[in-house]
Amino acid sequence: MSLLELKQFAVSYGGIKAVKGVDLQIERGELVCLIGANGAGKSTLLKALCGLLPVAHGSVLYDGKAITHQPAHLIARCGLALVPEGRGIFGRMSVGENLDMGGYSRTDRAGIKNDLERVFALFPRLAERCKQQAGTLSGGEQQMLAMGRALMSQPRLLLLDEPSMGLAPLMVEKIFTTIRAIAQEGVTILLVEQNAKRALEISQRGYVMESGTIALTDAAEKLLTNAQVRHAYLGE
Amino acid sequence: MDSAGDRKAVGARFIAPAPLRMDIFLQQLINGLVLGSVYALVALGYTMVYGILELINFAHGEITMIGAMVSLAVISALVGTGVDMPGVLIALTGVLTAVPVCMALGYGIERVAYRPLRHAPRLAPLITAIGVSIVLQNGAMLIWGRQYIPFPPILPTGAHDIGGATISDVQIFIVMLSMSLMAALMLLVQKTKLGRAMRATAQSPQVASLMGVNVNNVISATFMLGSALAAVAGVMVSAYYGLAHYYMGFLLGLKAFSAAVLGGIGNLAGAMLGGLLLGVIESLGAGYIGDLTGGFLGSHYQDVFAFFVLILVLVFRPSGLLGERVVDRA
Ligand SMILES: Nc1ncnc2c1ncn2[C@@H]1O[C@H](COP(=O)(O)OP(=O)(O)O)[C@@H](O)[C@H]1O
Ligand SMILES: [Mg+2]
Repeated sequence: MSLLELKQFAVSYGGIKAVKGVDLQIERGELVCLIGANGAGKSTLLKALCGLLPVAHGSVLYDGKAITHQPAHLIARCGLALVPEGRGIFGRMSVGENLDMGGYSRTDRAGIKNDLERVFALFPRLAERCKQQAGTLSGGEQQMLAMGRALMSQPRLLLLDEPSMGLAPLMVEKIFTTIRAIAQEGVTILLVEQNAKRALEISQRGYVMESGTIALTDAAEKLLTNAQVRHAYLGE
Repeated sequence: MDSAGDRKAVGARFIAPAPLRMDIFLQQLINGLVLGSVYALVALGYTMVYGILELINFAHGEITMIGAMVSLAVISALVGTGVDMPGVLIALTGVLTAVPVCMALGYGIERVAYRPLRHAPRLAPLITAIGVSIVLQNGAMLIWGRQYIPFPPILPTGAHDIGGATISDVQIFIVMLSMSLMAALMLLVQKTKLGRAMRATAQSPQVASLMGVNVNNVISATFMLGSALAAVAGVMVSAYYGLAHYYMGFLLGLKAFSAAVLGGIGNLAGAMLGGLLLGVIESLGAGYIGDLTGGFLGSHYQDVFAFFVLILVLVFRPSGLLGERVVDRA
Protein backbone atom coordinates (compact mmCIF):
# COMPACT_ATOMS: atom_id res chain seq x y z
CA MET A 1 0.00 0.00 0.00
CA SER A 2 1.31 3.46 -0.92
CA LEU A 3 1.77 6.08 1.79
CA LEU A 4 -0.10 8.63 -0.29
CA GLU A 5 -2.44 8.08 -3.18
CA LEU A 6 -4.36 10.77 -5.04
CA LYS A 7 -7.10 9.55 -7.36
CA GLN A 8 -8.69 11.87 -9.92
CA PHE A 9 -7.86 14.69 -7.51
CA ALA A 10 -9.43 18.01 -8.54
CA VAL A 11 -9.50 21.48 -6.95
CA SER A 12 -11.29 24.64 -8.06
CA TYR A 13 -11.23 28.30 -7.14
CA GLY A 14 -14.86 29.29 -7.52
CA GLY A 15 -15.64 28.00 -11.01
CA ILE A 16 -12.02 27.91 -12.19
CA LYS A 17 -10.42 24.48 -12.18
CA ALA A 18 -6.82 24.72 -10.99
CA VAL A 19 -6.17 20.98 -10.52
CA LYS A 20 -8.00 18.71 -12.95
CA GLY A 21 -8.06 15.04 -12.03
CA VAL A 22 -4.55 14.22 -10.87
CA ASP A 23 -3.43 10.64 -10.10
CA LEU A 24 -0.32 10.49 -7.96
CA GLN A 25 1.28 7.94 -5.66
CA ILE A 26 4.11 8.07 -3.17
CA GLU A 27 5.61 4.98 -1.59
CA ARG A 28 7.07 4.90 1.91
CA GLY A 29 10.60 6.25 2.05
CA GLU A 30 10.49 7.82 -1.40
CA LEU A 31 11.66 11.28 -2.35
CA VAL A 32 9.40 12.40 -5.18
CA CYS A 33 9.38 15.76 -6.89
CA LEU A 34 6.60 17.63 -8.61
CA ILE A 35 7.79 20.17 -11.16
CA GLY A 36 5.98 22.46 -13.51
CA ALA A 37 5.69 26.03 -14.68
CA ASN A 38 4.37 28.85 -12.55
CA GLY A 39 0.60 28.55 -12.27
CA ALA A 40 0.50 24.85 -13.15
CA GLY A 41 -1.40 24.11 -9.94
CA LYS A 42 1.34 22.63 -7.73
CA SER A 43 0.70 24.77 -4.66
CA THR A 44 -3.03 24.34 -5.05
CA LEU A 45 -2.57 20.58 -5.06
CA LEU A 46 -0.51 20.66 -1.87
CA LYS A 47 -2.88 23.00 -0.06
CA ALA A 48 -5.95 20.97 -0.90
CA LEU A 49 -4.15 17.79 0.08
CA CYS A 50 -3.55 19.29 3.53
CA GLY A 51 -7.12 20.48 3.96
CA LEU A 52 -6.45 24.17 3.42
CA LEU A 53 -8.61 24.18 0.27
CA PRO A 54 -11.73 22.12 -0.40
CA VAL A 55 -11.28 19.11 -2.68
CA ALA A 56 -13.71 19.33 -5.59
CA HIS A 57 -13.44 15.75 -6.84
CA GLY A 58 -11.51 12.58 -6.31
CA SER A 59 -9.92 11.22 -3.18
CA VAL A 60 -6.82 11.30 -1.00
CA LEU A 61 -5.73 8.05 0.59
CA TYR A 62 -3.09 8.46 3.26
CA ASP A 63 -1.74 5.24 4.69
CA GLY A 64 -4.81 3.51 3.27
CA LYS A 65 -7.27 5.89 4.99
CA ALA A 66 -9.41 8.41 3.13
CA ILE A 67 -8.60 11.88 4.46
CA THR A 68 -10.18 13.70 1.53
CA HIS A 69 -12.52 16.07 3.34
CA GLN A 70 -10.88 16.18 6.74
CA PRO A 71 -10.09 19.58 8.29
CA ALA A 72 -6.45 20.70 8.11
CA HIS A 73 -5.65 20.27 11.81
CA LEU A 74 -6.74 16.61 11.77
CA ILE A 75 -4.74 15.88 8.62
CA ALA A 76 -1.71 17.49 10.26
CA ARG A 77 -2.19 15.26 13.30
CA CYS A 78 -1.93 12.13 11.11
CA GLY A 79 1.71 12.97 10.38
CA LEU A 80 1.42 14.97 7.20
CA ALA A 81 3.40 18.20 7.32
CA LEU A 82 3.38 20.98 4.74
CA VAL A 83 6.09 23.62 4.54
CA PRO A 84 4.05 26.17 2.62
CA GLU A 85 5.18 28.38 -0.22
CA GLY A 86 6.58 31.55 1.34
CA ARG A 87 7.46 29.54 4.48
CA GLY A 88 4.63 30.76 6.69
CA ILE A 89 6.69 31.24 9.80
CA PHE A 90 5.17 33.06 12.80
CA GLY A 91 7.16 36.27 12.52
CA ARG A 92 6.12 37.74 15.87
CA MET A 93 7.12 34.62 17.78
CA SER A 94 10.61 33.55 18.73
CA VAL A 95 12.44 30.85 16.78
CA GLY A 96 12.00 28.53 19.75
CA GLU A 97 8.27 29.17 19.91
CA ASN A 98 7.94 28.46 16.19
CA LEU A 99 9.60 25.11 16.77
CA ASP A 100 7.29 24.49 19.74
CA MET A 101 4.34 25.12 17.43
CA GLY A 102 5.66 22.36 15.19
CA GLY A 103 5.30 19.93 18.07
CA TYR A 104 1.89 21.33 19.02
CA SER A 105 -0.05 18.08 18.62
CA ARG A 106 2.49 15.94 20.44
CA THR A 107 2.43 15.01 24.09
CA ASP A 108 5.65 12.97 24.36
CA ARG A 109 7.94 15.47 26.07
CA ALA A 110 11.02 13.30 25.77
CA GLY A 111 10.42 12.75 22.06
CA ILE A 112 9.90 16.47 21.48
CA LYS A 113 13.16 17.29 23.26
CA ASN A 114 14.92 14.67 21.21
CA ASP A 115 13.57 16.03 17.93
CA LEU A 116 14.55 19.55 18.96
CA GLU A 117 18.14 18.33 19.32
CA ARG A 118 17.87 16.72 15.90
CA VAL A 119 16.61 19.93 14.32
CA PHE A 120 19.37 21.93 15.98
CA ALA A 121 21.92 19.43 14.72
CA LEU A 122 20.52 19.79 11.22
CA PHE A 123 20.32 23.60 11.43
CA PRO A 124 22.82 24.89 14.04
CA ARG A 125 21.86 28.43 13.04
CA LEU A 126 18.44 27.91 14.61
CA ALA A 127 19.98 26.93 17.95
CA GLU A 128 22.01 30.15 17.94
CA ARG A 129 18.93 32.24 17.23
CA CYS A 130 16.47 30.38 19.43
CA LYS A 131 15.35 33.45 21.38
CA GLN A 132 15.28 35.79 18.40
CA GLN A 133 12.03 36.94 16.79
CA ALA A 134 11.48 34.75 13.75
CA GLY A 135 10.49 37.74 11.62
CA THR A 136 14.02 39.12 11.89
CA LEU A 137 15.66 36.04 10.33
CA SER A 138 17.05 36.09 6.80
CA GLY A 139 15.14 34.30 4.05
CA GLY A 140 17.36 31.23 4.20
CA GLU A 141 17.11 31.04 7.98
CA GLN A 142 13.35 31.33 7.74
CA GLN A 143 13.29 28.43 5.32
CA MET A 144 15.38 26.37 7.74
CA LEU A 145 12.99 27.33 10.52
CA ALA A 146 9.95 26.33 8.47
CA MET A 147 11.54 22.96 7.67
CA GLY A 148 12.70 22.45 11.26
CA ARG A 149 9.24 23.31 12.51
CA ALA A 150 7.70 20.73 10.18
CA LEU A 151 10.18 18.12 11.41
CA MET A 152 9.13 18.84 15.00
CA SER A 153 5.76 17.26 14.19
CA GLN A 154 7.50 13.95 13.49
CA PRO A 155 6.04 13.82 9.98
CA ARG A 156 5.73 10.63 8.01
CA LEU A 157 5.12 12.60 4.86
CA LEU A 158 6.82 15.95 4.38
CA LEU A 159 5.46 18.24 1.68
CA LEU A 160 7.81 21.04 0.64
CA ASP A 161 6.49 23.86 -1.54
CA GLU A 162 9.34 25.64 -3.34
CA PRO A 163 11.84 25.59 -0.47
CA SER A 164 14.61 27.17 -2.55
CA MET A 165 12.55 30.08 -3.82
CA GLY A 166 14.23 33.47 -3.47
CA LEU A 167 17.37 32.14 -1.79
CA ALA A 168 21.01 32.86 -2.58
CA PRO A 169 22.83 30.04 -4.46
CA LEU A 170 24.79 28.92 -1.42
CA MET A 171 21.63 28.67 0.65
CA VAL A 172 19.85 26.81 -2.16
CA GLU A 173 22.61 24.22 -2.06
CA LYS A 174 22.31 23.93 1.72
CA ILE A 175 18.55 23.44 1.46
CA PHE A 176 18.85 20.67 -1.16
CA THR A 177 21.54 18.90 0.87
CA THR A 178 19.30 19.05 3.93
CA ILE A 179 16.29 17.69 2.02
CA ARG A 180 18.38 14.75 0.98
CA ALA A 181 19.57 14.23 4.56
CA ILE A 182 16.01 14.28 5.86
CA ALA A 183 14.99 11.74 3.22
CA GLN A 184 17.87 9.51 4.24
CA GLU A 185 16.55 9.53 7.80
CA GLY A 186 13.49 7.76 6.39
CA VAL A 187 11.01 10.63 6.00
CA THR A 188 8.93 10.36 2.84
CA ILE A 189 9.05 13.61 0.89
CA LEU A 190 7.05 15.26 -1.88
CA LEU A 191 9.10 18.17 -3.16
CA VAL A 192 7.59 20.91 -5.31
CA GLU A 193 10.25 22.95 -7.07
CA GLN A 194 10.86 25.56 -9.73
CA ASN A 195 14.49 24.50 -9.73
CA ALA A 196 13.64 21.35 -11.69
CA LYS A 197 17.20 20.26 -12.30
CA ARG A 198 18.28 20.17 -8.66
CA ALA A 199 14.95 18.69 -7.62
CA LEU A 200 15.24 15.83 -10.14
CA GLU A 201 18.85 15.21 -9.17
CA ILE A 202 17.97 14.40 -5.57
CA SER A 203 14.63 12.66 -6.26
CA GLN A 204 13.87 9.07 -7.15
CA ARG A 205 10.79 9.87 -9.21
CA GLY A 206 9.21 12.94 -10.65
CA TYR A 207 5.87 14.23 -11.84
CA VAL A 208 5.57 17.02 -14.39
CA MET A 209 2.48 19.16 -13.99
CA GLU A 210 1.01 21.28 -16.78
CA SER A 211 -2.09 23.44 -16.38
CA GLY A 212 -3.67 21.36 -13.69
CA THR A 213 -2.87 17.87 -14.97
CA ILE A 214 0.05 15.45 -14.79
CA ALA A 215 1.72 15.63 -18.19
CA LEU A 216 4.47 13.15 -17.51
CA THR A 217 5.79 10.91 -14.77
CA ASP A 218 8.89 8.75 -14.65
CA ALA A 219 12.03 7.91 -12.74
CA ALA A 220 13.96 11.09 -12.02
CA GLU A 221 17.02 10.17 -14.10
CA LYS A 222 14.81 9.41 -17.09
CA LEU A 223 13.10 12.80 -16.74
CA LEU A 224 16.49 14.49 -16.56
CA THR A 225 17.35 13.08 -19.99
CA ASN A 226 13.86 13.46 -21.49
CA ALA A 227 14.08 15.88 -24.42
CA GLN A 228 10.71 17.44 -23.69
CA VAL A 229 11.58 18.07 -20.05
CA ARG A 230 15.03 19.36 -20.92
CA HIS A 231 13.54 21.81 -23.31
CA ALA A 232 10.64 23.05 -21.19
CA TYR A 233 12.01 22.92 -17.64
CA LEU A 234 15.76 22.65 -17.72
CA GLY A 235 16.23 25.50 -20.19
CA GLU A 236 18.25 23.50 -22.70
CA MET B 1 -25.51 92.76 29.27
CA ASP B 2 -23.24 95.37 27.82
CA SER B 3 -22.24 96.95 31.10
CA ALA B 4 -18.53 97.17 31.77
CA GLY B 5 -18.94 95.42 35.14
CA ASP B 6 -20.39 92.28 33.57
CA ARG B 7 -17.59 92.01 31.07
CA LYS B 8 -15.07 92.46 33.81
CA ALA B 9 -16.62 89.67 35.86
CA VAL B 10 -16.60 87.28 32.92
CA GLY B 11 -13.07 88.30 32.06
CA ALA B 12 -11.89 87.66 35.56
CA ARG B 13 -12.89 84.05 35.31
CA PHE B 14 -10.70 83.59 32.26
CA ILE B 15 -7.75 85.43 33.65
CA ALA B 16 -7.59 83.83 37.08
CA PRO B 17 -8.51 80.13 36.96
CA ALA B 18 -8.50 78.24 40.23
CA PRO B 19 -4.95 77.28 41.19
CA LEU B 20 -4.12 73.61 40.61
CA ARG B 21 -4.74 71.83 43.88
CA MET B 22 -2.63 68.71 44.26
CA ASP B 23 -5.17 66.88 46.39
CA ILE B 24 -7.91 67.34 43.81
CA PHE B 25 -5.55 66.40 41.01
CA LEU B 26 -4.54 63.25 42.91
CA GLN B 27 -8.18 62.37 43.52
CA GLN B 28 -8.98 62.65 39.81
CA LEU B 29 -5.95 60.53 39.03
CA ILE B 30 -7.07 57.81 41.45
CA ASN B 31 -10.62 57.83 40.11
CA GLY B 32 -9.24 57.70 36.58
CA LEU B 33 -7.01 54.74 37.27
CA VAL B 34 -9.86 52.81 38.88
CA LEU B 35 -12.18 53.48 35.97
CA GLY B 36 -9.34 52.88 33.53
CA SER B 37 -8.57 49.44 34.91
CA VAL B 38 -12.18 48.49 34.22
CA TYR B 39 -11.98 49.89 30.69
CA ALA B 40 -8.78 47.90 30.22
CA LEU B 41 -10.52 44.63 31.11
CA VAL B 42 -13.26 45.29 28.57
CA ALA B 43 -10.81 46.60 25.96
CA LEU B 44 -8.88 43.32 26.16
CA GLY B 45 -11.96 41.48 24.90
CA TYR B 46 -12.22 43.73 21.85
CA THR B 47 -8.54 43.51 21.09
CA MET B 48 -8.22 39.72 21.49
CA VAL B 49 -11.07 39.06 19.08
CA TYR B 50 -9.78 41.65 16.65
CA GLY B 51 -6.29 40.19 16.84
CA ILE B 52 -7.53 36.80 15.70
CA LEU B 53 -10.51 37.51 13.45
CA GLU B 54 -10.00 41.16 12.48
CA LEU B 55 -13.56 41.52 13.62
CA ILE B 56 -14.90 44.18 15.96
CA ASN B 57 -17.29 42.42 18.26
CA PHE B 58 -19.67 45.27 18.90
CA ALA B 59 -21.79 43.01 21.11
CA HIS B 60 -18.94 42.89 23.63
CA GLY B 61 -20.22 45.88 25.63
CA GLU B 62 -23.53 44.08 26.17
CA ILE B 63 -21.68 41.17 27.70
CA THR B 64 -20.47 43.47 30.48
CA MET B 65 -24.08 44.53 30.97
CA ILE B 66 -25.27 40.92 31.17
CA GLY B 67 -22.44 40.21 33.62
CA ALA B 68 -23.59 43.08 35.83
CA MET B 69 -27.26 42.07 35.59
CA VAL B 70 -26.71 38.39 36.31
CA SER B 71 -24.43 39.06 39.26
CA LEU B 72 -26.83 41.66 40.64
CA ALA B 73 -29.71 39.19 40.35
CA VAL B 74 -27.73 36.62 42.33
CA ILE B 75 -26.53 39.19 44.87
CA SER B 76 -30.00 40.64 45.40
CA ALA B 77 -31.48 37.17 45.75
CA LEU B 78 -28.86 36.21 48.33
CA VAL B 79 -29.35 39.45 50.24
CA GLY B 80 -33.14 38.93 50.04
CA THR B 81 -32.94 35.51 51.68
CA GLY B 82 -31.04 37.17 54.51
CA VAL B 83 -28.24 34.57 54.52
CA ASP B 84 -25.52 35.25 57.01
CA MET B 85 -22.63 35.76 54.59
CA PRO B 86 -20.03 38.50 54.51
CA GLY B 87 -20.84 41.05 51.80
CA VAL B 88 -17.63 40.38 49.94
CA LEU B 89 -18.51 36.68 49.68
CA ILE B 90 -21.97 37.51 48.38
CA ALA B 91 -20.44 39.77 45.74
CA LEU B 92 -17.95 37.06 44.86
CA THR B 93 -20.78 34.56 44.40
CA GLY B 94 -22.37 37.04 42.02
CA VAL B 95 -19.16 37.33 40.03
CA LEU B 96 -18.63 33.58 39.93
CA THR B 97 -22.14 33.13 38.51
CA ALA B 98 -21.79 35.93 35.98
CA VAL B 99 -18.47 34.66 34.60
CA PRO B 100 -19.67 31.26 33.29
CA VAL B 101 -22.93 32.78 32.04
CA CYS B 102 -21.01 35.39 30.04
CA MET B 103 -18.51 32.83 28.78
CA ALA B 104 -21.38 30.71 27.48
CA LEU B 105 -22.90 33.82 25.95
CA GLY B 106 -19.66 34.81 24.24
CA TYR B 107 -19.26 31.29 22.91
CA GLY B 108 -22.86 31.27 21.65
CA ILE B 109 -22.58 34.68 19.97
CA GLU B 110 -19.53 33.58 18.00
CA ARG B 111 -21.16 30.32 16.95
CA VAL B 112 -24.46 31.85 15.92
CA ALA B 113 -23.62 35.35 14.71
CA TYR B 114 -20.01 35.27 13.48
CA ARG B 115 -18.89 31.77 12.51
CA PRO B 116 -21.42 31.33 9.69
CA LEU B 117 -20.15 34.63 8.28
CA ARG B 118 -16.43 33.87 8.60
CA HIS B 119 -15.91 34.16 4.84
CA ALA B 120 -18.58 36.75 4.17
CA PRO B 121 -17.76 40.40 3.35
CA ARG B 122 -16.54 42.27 6.41
CA LEU B 123 -19.63 44.37 6.77
CA ALA B 124 -21.86 41.32 7.36
CA PRO B 125 -20.55 40.29 10.80
CA LEU B 126 -20.50 43.95 11.81
CA ILE B 127 -24.20 44.13 11.10
CA THR B 128 -24.96 40.91 12.98
CA ALA B 129 -22.90 42.31 15.89
CA ILE B 130 -25.23 45.28 16.08
CA GLY B 131 -28.17 42.88 15.82
CA VAL B 132 -26.85 40.81 18.70
CA SER B 133 -26.42 43.98 20.79
CA ILE B 134 -30.01 44.95 20.21
CA VAL B 135 -31.23 41.47 21.08
CA LEU B 136 -29.19 41.41 24.31
CA GLN B 137 -30.29 44.89 25.38
CA ASN B 138 -33.92 44.16 24.76
CA GLY B 139 -33.68 40.73 26.32
CA ALA B 140 -32.17 42.29 29.44
CA MET B 141 -34.88 44.93 29.45
CA LEU B 142 -37.58 42.25 29.30
CA ILE B 143 -36.04 40.27 32.12
CA TRP B 144 -34.84 43.02 34.45
CA GLY B 145 -36.97 45.98 33.41
CA ARG B 146 -36.09 49.51 32.32
CA GLN B 147 -35.32 50.92 35.75
CA TYR B 148 -31.93 51.35 37.35
CA ILE B 149 -31.14 48.38 39.57
CA PRO B 150 -29.36 49.33 42.79
CA PHE B 151 -26.30 47.42 43.96
CA PRO B 152 -27.12 46.37 47.55
CA PRO B 153 -24.90 48.07 50.13
CA ILE B 154 -23.00 44.93 51.06
CA LEU B 155 -19.44 45.96 50.29
CA PRO B 156 -17.05 47.45 52.84
CA THR B 157 -17.26 51.24 52.95
CA GLY B 158 -13.80 51.92 54.32
CA ALA B 159 -11.67 54.63 52.77
CA HIS B 160 -8.07 55.73 53.09
CA ASP B 161 -6.38 59.07 52.86
CA ILE B 162 -3.46 59.54 50.47
CA GLY B 163 -2.05 63.04 50.27
CA GLY B 164 -5.43 64.64 50.80
CA ALA B 165 -7.25 62.36 48.36
CA THR B 166 -9.34 59.36 49.36
CA ILE B 167 -9.32 55.89 47.96
CA SER B 168 -12.08 53.52 49.01
CA ASP B 169 -11.78 49.81 49.73
CA VAL B 170 -13.93 49.09 46.70
CA GLN B 171 -11.60 51.14 44.51
CA ILE B 172 -8.55 49.33 45.85
CA PHE B 173 -10.25 46.01 45.28
CA ILE B 174 -11.24 46.90 41.71
CA VAL B 175 -7.70 47.94 40.79
CA MET B 176 -6.09 44.90 42.42
CA LEU B 177 -8.50 42.45 40.86
CA SER B 178 -8.16 43.93 37.38
CA MET B 179 -4.38 44.01 37.62
CA SER B 180 -4.32 40.36 38.73
CA LEU B 181 -6.66 39.33 35.94
CA MET B 182 -4.56 41.16 33.37
CA ALA B 183 -1.39 39.58 34.69
CA ALA B 184 -3.05 36.16 34.54
CA LEU B 185 -4.14 36.78 30.96
CA MET B 186 -0.65 37.84 29.93
CA LEU B 187 0.77 34.69 31.51
CA LEU B 188 -1.78 32.58 29.70
CA VAL B 189 -1.07 34.19 26.35
CA GLN B 190 2.72 34.17 26.72
CA LYS B 191 3.38 30.91 28.54
CA THR B 192 0.68 28.34 27.87
CA LYS B 193 -0.02 26.11 24.92
CA LEU B 194 -3.41 27.73 24.42
CA GLY B 195 -1.76 31.15 24.47
CA ARG B 196 0.77 30.09 21.86
CA ALA B 197 -2.01 28.68 19.71
CA MET B 198 -3.88 31.99 20.06
CA ARG B 199 -0.86 34.00 18.99
CA ALA B 200 -0.15 31.63 16.10
CA THR B 201 -3.76 31.82 14.97
CA ALA B 202 -3.66 35.61 15.16
CA GLN B 203 -0.68 35.62 12.79
CA SER B 204 -1.97 33.01 10.35
CA PRO B 205 -4.95 30.75 10.95
CA GLN B 206 -3.97 28.62 7.96
CA VAL B 207 -0.44 27.94 9.11
CA ALA B 208 -1.68 27.40 12.68
CA SER B 209 -4.03 24.71 11.39
CA LEU B 210 -1.08 23.08 9.59
CA MET B 211 0.51 22.73 13.04
CA GLY B 212 -2.55 20.79 14.21
CA VAL B 213 -4.26 23.75 15.92
CA ASN B 214 -8.04 23.53 15.86
CA VAL B 215 -8.61 27.13 14.88
CA ASN B 216 -12.32 27.06 15.68
CA ASN B 217 -11.59 25.99 19.24
CA VAL B 218 -9.00 28.72 19.62
CA ILE B 219 -11.53 31.28 18.41
CA SER B 220 -14.14 29.97 20.85
CA ALA B 221 -11.61 30.11 23.68
CA THR B 222 -10.76 33.69 22.75
CA PHE B 223 -14.39 34.77 22.89
CA MET B 224 -14.86 32.98 26.21
CA LEU B 225 -11.79 34.56 27.80
CA GLY B 226 -12.81 38.03 26.67
CA SER B 227 -16.34 37.46 27.95
CA ALA B 228 -15.10 36.29 31.34
CA LEU B 229 -13.12 39.52 31.72
CA ALA B 230 -16.13 41.51 30.56
CA ALA B 231 -18.34 39.82 33.15
CA VAL B 232 -15.97 40.81 35.95
CA ALA B 233 -15.76 44.34 34.57
CA GLY B 234 -19.55 44.56 34.48
CA VAL B 235 -19.79 43.65 38.16
CA MET B 236 -17.05 46.17 38.99
CA VAL B 237 -18.83 48.99 37.21
CA SER B 238 -22.12 48.28 38.92
CA ALA B 239 -20.43 48.00 42.32
CA TYR B 240 -18.53 51.23 41.69
CA TYR B 241 -21.49 53.32 40.59
CA GLY B 242 -23.91 51.40 42.81
CA LEU B 243 -26.30 50.51 40.00
CA ALA B 244 -26.85 48.63 36.78
CA HIS B 245 -29.09 49.25 33.80
CA TYR B 246 -29.93 47.36 30.62
CA TYR B 247 -28.37 50.15 28.55
CA MET B 248 -25.10 50.43 30.52
CA GLY B 249 -23.16 48.18 28.11
CA PHE B 250 -23.49 50.55 25.19
CA LEU B 251 -21.41 53.45 26.47
CA LEU B 252 -19.03 51.22 28.40
CA GLY B 253 -18.46 49.16 25.25
CA LEU B 254 -17.81 52.21 23.11
CA LYS B 255 -15.36 53.61 25.62
CA ALA B 256 -13.51 50.33 25.95
CA PHE B 257 -13.40 50.07 22.17
CA SER B 258 -11.90 53.58 22.06
CA ALA B 259 -9.36 52.45 24.65
CA ALA B 260 -8.46 49.43 22.51
CA VAL B 261 -7.98 51.66 19.46
CA LEU B 262 -5.96 54.14 21.51
CA GLY B 263 -3.59 51.38 22.60
CA GLY B 264 -3.46 49.82 19.14
CA ILE B 265 -6.21 47.33 18.40
CA GLY B 266 -5.00 43.75 18.31
CA ASN B 267 -2.29 44.48 20.87
CA LEU B 268 -2.93 43.20 24.41
CA ALA B 269 -0.51 45.51 26.20
CA GLY B 270 -2.00 48.32 24.13
CA ALA B 271 -5.51 47.54 25.39
CA MET B 272 -4.33 47.74 28.99
CA LEU B 273 -2.41 50.95 28.43
CA GLY B 274 -5.26 52.44 26.40
CA GLY B 275 -7.79 51.55 29.09
CA LEU B 276 -5.79 53.11 31.91
CA LEU B 277 -4.98 56.20 29.85
CA LEU B 278 -8.55 56.68 28.79
CA GLY B 279 -9.77 56.41 32.37
CA VAL B 280 -7.27 59.03 33.49
CA ILE B 281 -7.96 61.34 30.53
CA GLU B 282 -11.67 61.09 31.19
CA SER B 283 -11.35 61.74 34.89
CA LEU B 284 -8.92 64.65 34.58
CA GLY B 285 -10.89 66.01 31.66
CA ALA B 286 -14.14 65.94 33.58
CA GLY B 287 -12.42 67.48 36.60
CA TYR B 288 -10.88 70.38 34.74
CA ILE B 289 -13.18 70.97 31.79
CA GLY B 290 -15.04 73.58 33.82
CA ASP B 291 -11.88 75.56 34.51
CA LEU B 292 -10.56 75.13 30.99
CA THR B 293 -13.71 76.42 29.34
CA GLY B 294 -14.42 79.10 31.89
CA GLY B 295 -17.46 77.21 33.12
CA PHE B 296 -18.94 76.87 29.63
CA LEU B 297 -18.79 73.04 29.74
CA GLY B 298 -19.35 71.07 32.94
CA SER B 299 -18.19 67.70 34.24
CA HIS B 300 -21.26 66.04 32.70
CA TYR B 301 -19.25 66.27 29.48
CA GLN B 302 -17.12 63.44 30.88
CA ASP B 303 -18.32 61.00 28.23
CA VAL B 304 -17.14 63.20 25.41
CA PHE B 305 -13.46 62.57 26.08
CA ALA B 306 -13.42 58.96 25.00
CA PHE B 307 -14.72 59.90 21.58
CA PHE B 308 -12.52 62.94 21.35
CA VAL B 309 -9.56 60.65 22.00
CA LEU B 310 -10.88 58.10 19.48
CA ILE B 311 -11.12 60.76 16.77
CA LEU B 312 -7.65 62.14 17.53
CA VAL B 313 -6.13 58.67 17.40
CA LEU B 314 -7.87 57.76 14.16
CA VAL B 315 -6.71 61.00 12.57
CA PHE B 316 -3.13 61.17 13.82
CA ARG B 317 -2.11 57.63 14.71
CA PRO B 318 -4.59 55.06 13.40
CA SER B 319 -2.36 52.20 14.49
CA GLY B 320 -2.66 53.34 18.11
CA LEU B 321 0.08 53.83 20.67
CA LEU B 322 1.52 50.32 20.58
CA GLY B 323 -0.01 48.95 17.37
CA GLU B 324 1.95 48.10 14.28
CA ARG B 325 -0.85 47.58 11.84
CA VAL B 326 -3.08 50.34 10.62
CA VAL B 327 -6.77 49.80 11.20
CA ASP B 328 -7.91 50.31 7.66
CA ARG B 329 -10.98 48.14 7.74
CA ALA B 330 -14.21 47.63 9.63
N1 LIG C 1 -6.54 32.08 -4.31
C1 LIG C 1 -6.70 31.87 -5.65
N2 LIG C 1 -7.84 32.26 -6.24
C2 LIG C 1 -8.03 32.05 -7.55
N3 LIG C 1 -7.14 31.46 -8.36
C3 LIG C 1 -5.99 31.05 -7.84
C4 LIG C 1 -5.71 31.24 -6.43
N4 LIG C 1 -4.49 30.73 -6.19
C5 LIG C 1 -4.02 30.25 -7.36
N5 LIG C 1 -4.92 30.45 -8.35
C6 LIG C 1 -4.77 30.03 -9.74
O1 LIG C 1 -4.66 28.63 -9.77
C7 LIG C 1 -3.69 28.24 -10.70
C8 LIG C 1 -2.65 27.38 -10.02
O2 LIG C 1 -1.92 28.18 -9.10
P1 LIG C 1 -0.82 27.57 -8.14
O3 LIG C 1 -1.35 26.32 -7.54
O4 LIG C 1 -0.38 28.62 -7.22
O5 LIG C 1 0.34 27.21 -9.17
P2 LIG C 1 1.85 26.83 -8.92
O6 LIG C 1 2.03 26.59 -7.46
O7 LIG C 1 2.05 25.61 -9.74
O8 LIG C 1 2.66 27.97 -9.40
C9 LIG C 1 -3.11 29.50 -11.31
O9 LIG C 1 -3.76 29.72 -12.54
C10 LIG C 1 -3.47 30.56 -10.33
O10 LIG C 1 -3.69 31.79 -10.97
MG1 LIG D 1 3.30 27.57 -6.17
